[in-house]
Amino acid sequence: MTAPAELSWEALAVTTPLPEFVDEPLTRTDFVRYQGASGDLNPIHHDEQYARAAGFPGVFTVGMLPAGILGTYLADLFGPESIRRFRVQFREQSWPGDVLTYRGVVVGREERDGERLVTLELEVVRQTGGVHAKGWATVACGGAA
Amino acid sequence: MPLDPSYEGRTYPPTEPYRVGREKIREFTEAIGAEDQAYLDPEAALKLGYPDVVAPPTFAVLLTNSGIRQLLDDPDLGLDFSRVVHGDQRLQHDRPIHAGDVLTCRSTVEQIMSRGGHDFLTARTEVFDEDGERVVTGWSKIVVRGE
Repeated sequence: MTAPAELSWEALAVTTPLPEFVDEPLTRTDFVRYQGASGDLNPIHHDEQYARAAGFPGVFTVGMLPAGILGTYLADLFGPESIRRFRVQFREQSWPGDVLTYRGVVVGREERDGERLVTLELEVVRQTGGVHAKGWATVACGGAA
Repeated sequence: MPLDPSYEGRTYPPTEPYRVGREKIREFTEAIGAEDQAYLDPEAALKLGYPDVVAPPTFAVLLTNSGIRQLLDDPDLGLDFSRVVHGDQRLQHDRPIHAGDVLTCRSTVEQIMSRGGHDFLTARTEVFDEDGERVVTGWSKIVVRGE
């Protein structure tokens, strides 16, 4: 897959924002499907009684689900083989029914080892404006000239 | 009870080899709502130069989680699972994981610290293929909430 023209190396100046992606509301089914697929079966994300006993109002999102969607968002923009480094830091929890927006901005560019690399700052934001996760990624954006 | 900082630097034995399957990649891909054909269609992956379907970038946590599991299962470290939350995840890819890879993980406790009544533990997990080449490195920071 080739990145669309508007995401070319030439066009990705520092401070260039990436197009936003607004996902469907989160459901418990999303959590369970992700937990089954990933093998992370922490009951705090699907067992209401367990979550309450641990001091939470109920089950909350398994963070690697939005992190995975964030990685997909990047892969859709830059190509599935482009991601070199990816980091996500979990901030406030997100809950069933939350609508998450995925967005990012270019914060750096460099050519290294024959690759053009773009550094991005990313955010996953709840409908309340609260930040669910902050992210950082380095993606390859074509070979060096 | 705070985590014992002397666990910093402890390494765990390599995990059993994990064979990456096409259908596992498909299941994971669907769970994160991805649709790229490189994850789903071997022909599409071949055109990109890979021997089989590639895994989405965060598929690597299936492997790095096995490192965390070694820590959670270590009775001496005494992690209380119900107090553990995932704080931060870093991944550094040397190449994409693809179906057919046979992968082994080696994990190290990189840092243990206490702050504000909570404990923070960072584990580094390196994932190697059958040829002993590193494929991806993950750093997982977990938070053990205080009483």
